[in-house]
Amino acid sequence: MTKRWLASFWLLAIMLPWQAQALIIEITGGTEAALPIAIVPFGSEGFSAPEDISAVIQNDLSRSGRFAPLPKVDLISEPHEKSEINFKDWRLLRSEGLLVGKVSSLDGETYQVQFQLFDVYKGQQLVGKRYQVPASGLRRLAHQIADQVYQALTGDVGVFSTRLAFVSVVNNADGSKRYTLQVSDSDGANPRTVLQSKQPILSPSWASDGERLAYVSFENGKAEVFVQEMRSGRRNSVAAFKGLNSAPAWSPDGKKLALTLSKAGNPEIYVLELASGKLSRVTHNSQAIDTEAVWMPNSRELLFTSDRGGRPQIYKVSVDGGRAKRITFEGRYNASPDISSDGRTLTMVHGLDGKFYIAVQDLDTGAVLVLTETGRDESPSFAPNGRMILYATEKKGHGELAAVSVDGRIHQRLGESGRDVREPAWSPIRK
Amino acid sequence: MKLLKLTAVLLSVTWLSACNTLGGSKDPDAAIGDTDVVVEDRNADSSGISGENPSGLDIDDGAEAQVIVGDEQYQGGDILDDPNSPLSNRVVYFEYDKSTVREEDLITLEAHAAYLGENPNATIRLIGHTDERGSREYNLALGERRALAIRQILMLQGASVKQFQVTSFGEERTDVEGHDESAWQQNRRVELNYVGR
Repeated sequence: MTKRWLASFWLLAIMLPWQAQALIIEITGGTEAALPIAIVPFGSEGFSAPEDISAVIQNDLSRSGRFAPLPKVDLISEPHEKSEINFKDWRLLRSEGLLVGKVSSLDGETYQVQFQLFDVYKGQQLVGKRYQVPASGLRRLAHQIADQVYQALTGDVGVFSTRLAFVSVVNNADGSKRYTLQVSDSDGANPRTVLQSKQPILSPSWASDGERLAYVSFENGKAEVFVQEMRSGRRNSVAAFKGLNSAPAWSPDGKKLALTLSKAGNPEIYVLELASGKLSRVTHNSQAIDTEAVWMPNSRELLFTSDRGGRPQIYKVSVDGGRAKRITFEGRYNASPDISSDGRTLTMVHGLDGKFYIAVQDLDTGAVLVLTETGRDESPSFAPNGRMILYATEKKGHGELAAVSVDGRIHQRLGESGRDVREPAWSPIRK
Repeated sequence: MKLLKLTAVLLSVTWLSACNTLGGSKDPDAAIGDTDVVVEDRNADSSGISGENPSGLDIDDGAEAQVIVGDEQYQGGDILDDPNSPLSNRVVYFEYDKSTVREEDLITLEAHAAYLGENPNATIRLIGHTDERGSREYNLALGERRALAIRQILMLQGASVKQFQVTSFGEERTDVEGHDESAWQQNRRVELNYVGR
């Protein structure tokens, strides 16, 4: 039995760029307060670039919902550097920001890229840089430039050069399923497969270095936790005890994992020190489900889901154990916590009358704001700048990803045809 | 926990009077701050919670009766293969977010418990499932709790802890595709699979 089962199961733990279809991002609401910005198509010298850098930047800024790039036909001229700009003319367009730049290459392999962002009213440069990158690095560079424009004009850290991890599921003709753990750019482009299995994959969690993912895989017939290095594809089983091994969450220093284990007979939260393998138990509630731990940014406390009060609610506990404190009180079902990087905002799945929404709770005031509307929303994951929340939802029977701003004004859909997409996790900012 | 103890007593006296509370660890009163662990949980290593064996959901494929040499109970004409026996029922269903066994399933479980008690070499794999709603991780734990509730009832009726393997797939292995109550109620289940059958 075991052998037959193992033979029927296969796994790929390699990076396969461009293998999968890209997610298509669509903004579904909330752009009315967006800042106008003029983005002039970058000038080009020598070999033409394989990526349209200014178009990638424009898409990023537009997708964030916080910018409204001017239509191309409204651009009064096409300057590529400061000497070509007549600020007096540009002021008529009522766009505060003006982005110009150029791309040049002598050999088609290495590209020189420069950009300058101006405050049109002051006639001053806000940020300007020059880079030299290989052709393959152009897209990532475009996201990095978008991050700098975003930060210069909003004051918040940009997250366009981060990545998304998610699980997609395909139904095979023979009735079996194929589960794929994928990583894409933050705009859904360039999806690559990091793991494939015929058995379910769940709960990807990024280490703070952005170089490792922990996740739950059923490849051995039950829930076990693995850690995989993104560059090498090397992976290790880190928890395969009797019972459940699930819900991995990295400590802020990337040295420990909080886990749910039921090896003592009931799901409890544990902390595993990866280097030593030392396991310490955090919760001791033999009748309740305790699961889905996440670390507070202070590294000293965990948030987790527990039904110790009769229904799933979010609690906070010291990583050293001790008494847990309930922190959600609104509604009969609150689960899947994630915490903003400043530790002040909790997001969770909020159940109301049998439907499930993404909500945020201000941890200082306790105020709860429901952000979504479909009623089939789950797995919220904060962007590393705390401005957006990525989550899984369902449309026409298919799982898909969506994002919403923490104030509920900006909604994005990350559609992908033909497959179920779920379990999103937003990466940390790359160092 | 009080409810469980009460249940055990009631079960030994009169079967049907206990039906509403069986396995009911979801009840708030039973769930809060109780240190009186269910006995078999103290030996979790031998409790058979999940196993080295993979889930093997294809166990019932083929449907041919498999004769195991050296175990008389499995010889031809096995009651496990009798479609009229309550043993032919291998799925128990649950209410939303509950792990309480329903009254109509008690006859089925009584039959399985009696069979396991009379066949100490028989092993059963309990696979817990939930519907698709809510948190996947919470559902993984809820599926395990449902499977453990079934194990608890079977053990109170004479099965031994060594006869069980407990696994949960949460909402990952729905039986029925669909996004309405009729699909959900068929997906909230524990499957009882005799190992090697």
